[in-house]
Amino acid sequence: MGESSKIFLWMGKRKVDIMYDVIIIGAGISGCACARELSRYRLSICVLEREEDVCCGTSKANSAIVHAGFDAENGSLMAKLNVEGNQKMEQLSKELDFPFQRNGSLVVCLDEEQAPDLQALYQRGIRNGVEGLKIIDRTELVKLEPNISEHAVKALYAPSGGIVCPFGMTFAFAENAAANGVKFQFETKVTAVGKQEDFWMVKTSQGEFQARYVVNAAGVYADEIHNMVSADKLHITPRKGEYCLMDHSAKGFVNHTVFQLPGKYGKGVLVAPTVHGNILVGPTAVDIEDKEGVSTTQAGLEELLDKASATVKNLPVRQIITSFAGLRAHEDGHEFCIGQVEGAEGFIDCAGIESPGLTAAPAIGRMVADIIRELACPQENSNFVGTRKGILDPRSLEHEKRAELIREHPAYGAIVCRCEMITQGEIEDAISRPLGAKSLDGVKRRTRAGMGRCQAGFCSPKTMEILAEKRGLTPSQITKCGGNSHLIAGTNKDRI
Amino acid sequence: MIKYDIVIVGGGPAGLSAALSAKENGAESILVLERDKELGGILNQCIHNGFGLHTFQEELTGPEYAARFIEKLKEAQIAYKLDTMVISISSDKVVTAMNGKDGILTIQAKAVILAMGCRERSRGALNIPGYRPAGVYSAGTAQRLVNIEGLLPGREAVILGSGDIGLIMARRLTLEGAKVKVVVELLPYSGGLKRNIVQCLDDFNIPLKLSHTVVDIDGKDRVKGVTIAQVDQDRKPIPGTEQYYACDTLLLSCGLIPENELSQELGVAIHPATSGPRVDESFQTSVEGVFACGNVLHVHDLVDFVSKEAKAAGRHAALFVRDGAGRKKCREVPILAENGVRYTVPCSIHPEQMEDAQTVRFRVGDVYRNCFICVYLDENCISRKKRLVAVPGEMEEVILQKKDLQAVLGLSQITVRIEEA
Repeated sequence: MGESSKIFLWMGKRKVDIMYDVIIIGAGISGCACARELSRYRLSICVLEREEDVCCGTSKANSAIVHAGFDAENGSLMAKLNVEGNQKMEQLSKELDFPFQRNGSLVVCLDEEQAPDLQALYQRGIRNGVEGLKIIDRTELVKLEPNISEHAVKALYAPSGGIVCPFGMTFAFAENAAANGVKFQFETKVTAVGKQEDFWMVKTSQGEFQARYVVNAAGVYADEIHNMVSADKLHITPRKGEYCLMDHSAKGFVNHTVFQLPGKYGKGVLVAPTVHGNILVGPTAVDIEDKEGVSTTQAGLEELLDKASATVKNLPVRQIITSFAGLRAHEDGHEFCIGQVEGAEGFIDCAGIESPGLTAAPAIGRMVADIIRELACPQENSNFVGTRKGILDPRSLEHEKRAELIREHPAYGAIVCRCEMITQGEIEDAISRPLGAKSLDGVKRRTRAGMGRCQAGFCSPKTMEILAEKRGLTPSQITKCGGNSHLIAGTNKDRI
Repeated sequence: MIKYDIVIVGGGPAGLSAALSAKENGAESILVLERDKELGGILNQCIHNGFGLHTFQEELTGPEYAARFIEKLKEAQIAYKLDTMVISISSDKVVTAMNGKDGILTIQAKAVILAMGCRERSRGALNIPGYRPAGVYSAGTAQRLVNIEGLLPGREAVILGSGDIGLIMARRLTLEGAKVKVVVELLPYSGGLKRNIVQCLDDFNIPLKLSHTVVDIDGKDRVKGVTIAQVDQDRKPIPGTEQYYACDTLLLSCGLIPENELSQELGVAIHPATSGPRVDESFQTSVEGVFACGNVLHVHDLVDFVSKEAKAAGRHAALFVRDGAGRKKCREVPILAENGVRYTVPCSIHPEQMEDAQTVRFRVGDVYRNCFICVYLDENCISRKKRLVAVPGEMEEVILQKKDLQAVLGLSQITVRIEEA
């Protein structure tokens, strides 16, 4: 690793501080998947991320679905990578230790008149190479999902559909990439990208970086980055989707991912279990201007519940514990834009990654890595380790093993988050591991501490204390999610 | 497996009082399991005074009130474990708990008393739209930060909800140097005690806006401001009434929810109005030998009532252990909450087993003026007490006499209802 960068240090005519073979812009699921796949080769790689952590943009707020692959247009890159990603997911979830479950998905048809659309979806799925698809009648549907709407007439059943923890999956890619030598630079916002002789100069809020290859995995900002190097402009619209999440006391309300037949604005509102036993309802679809516009609205929430009530009955709305919004990076052509940009040699787009982007991520990473492999002809990284262990979940252990763990590490006996039963040991691991958590949200996304029904009401003071101790921070330096998201303003009577 | 006669889940005011009472009533082996690092529960962060007027006829702070019980507990040599989280309780009363010192504990109890308290309703459960920046705290979390850690969560606050913790925190933040701009209440009346409105808001010139709510939270990193709006009779915001308040903190004091996840896993029947277990006059839940008291049962306004209720629960648990499950089954009469009465605790009673007098606590669902609180045994009204005002924020009670209940042959139901003049 890193050997080829030395070549470039003397090949470049001016002295440079940092020179990489590959710079990846964006540490979301796509950027991290690319980083992990590229770390199979002897390349020096750096991921530049504007936020304080990985998984802070689109990757953190989405449906957490592993799509079967019947939605995308036949012959599209979306369709191809969706199916490939889906097929890779199980193996990958074991290798990289992230939560994934093949729970199967249902597309519910609420009206006999819509039956041809359902049939068309089935046909499209077959042509896309989705396995196991079948159309089931109401009787079978009710057996699978007793809470299905009275209006449901039939459904497309896709046994290969799944659910995944989007945080867990992104952290898994990132940590595995880091373990294989990839560097991550956080709070580093790219301001300009330009070609200088035979390398790319990437200007950022934290100085200049240089690389032979640049991968643009900047999510909703991928158009801005692309347009820095190409006259063939790309346009990405942040398409906001609001969600609400129910406590895992609602577990079992549905067991499959329940979609509505797709309409003009995508797949409509889904009702799905999460890998952690919650119930997720969403998303809405509203095109907005603001690439940071993740506010929720009253109207959005009402729309969600209204639309969800079309497919399921007795939605346990009293068990809603939070709502949130995410932004899809919607490219005008509604297609993944992956490849070397014409007229910008060595600049590879990984743009327009919206649904099924999470599902496709393993295949996207592979595709980008293949493009760079062909261009750079790197050697294999013989030290590459393809597996990674996630944060130990003591609840997954048998009684005796768990007791033994606590004897050795008493921190695993101390519950910090009582709603999700997360121990101090897990939180400490989340902070101290490579690319560890720096903020309350960082801890939350890695461990689930604060993700439960009290929404961090009880555990946040304790988590803050652990963060302060492990990171050597004062209380007023601790943030919710980096930047200016400080949690504490001062001390009692400090201004009296 | 460790064995105790009575295991009490929670070492807050309810657990402490129940433990002492169980001991006084003959229970020998009692174990209190507390998840925090000290006994006393949420009282430890309630450093204001006003506790104990009923119990001790004096005004104590929360920690002082708790200390009196903790001292007695230690004098009585009742066993307790701190930093210990109960993970599960089985219907045959095996309690599984965990801490860093003992690892995983399994304890066989003859009776279990649930005293886990409650949690605050979160922003998510309230569905407040807007961004999700730092600076949105539940009032209790802010109280912990200020009163235990000495940390000020913000400089300028808006408080949503006029529950008691919100009111207390309005005063506390002011005393610690923050500016509380307004307290906003969705309902046309406050959910807090009258004395708290006077002492915490009026005395500090903090405005209280009734029939208002927060409709937007502004700020991507840290709260920059909130928009409030007036609401109509259906509690829907009225367009055009929006007002923006610049602030860096939003505190939420919008109700408490009994923490019954353990109880539900155990199979205890939950009352939809209280979110707490259904109990009979002995505070026994639907699972035999499992009792409940304090805020896990229903949310109280005054800790004195928690102590009193827990005392009864502790006594009944001790009697249950003494007499075993062999107590003869006798007739159970439901207590119905009707016409403005949201619920009653207990929600059933055994006339043959009850003590001479039984307190029935309840809350009304709205503000009632010049009303009557009426008790019916089947069709017959046996009590009709006039009240000038009854509000949801203040718990009410009626007392049932055993002789009255036994006088009705084949009594099938008791009803508590509000009747307007």
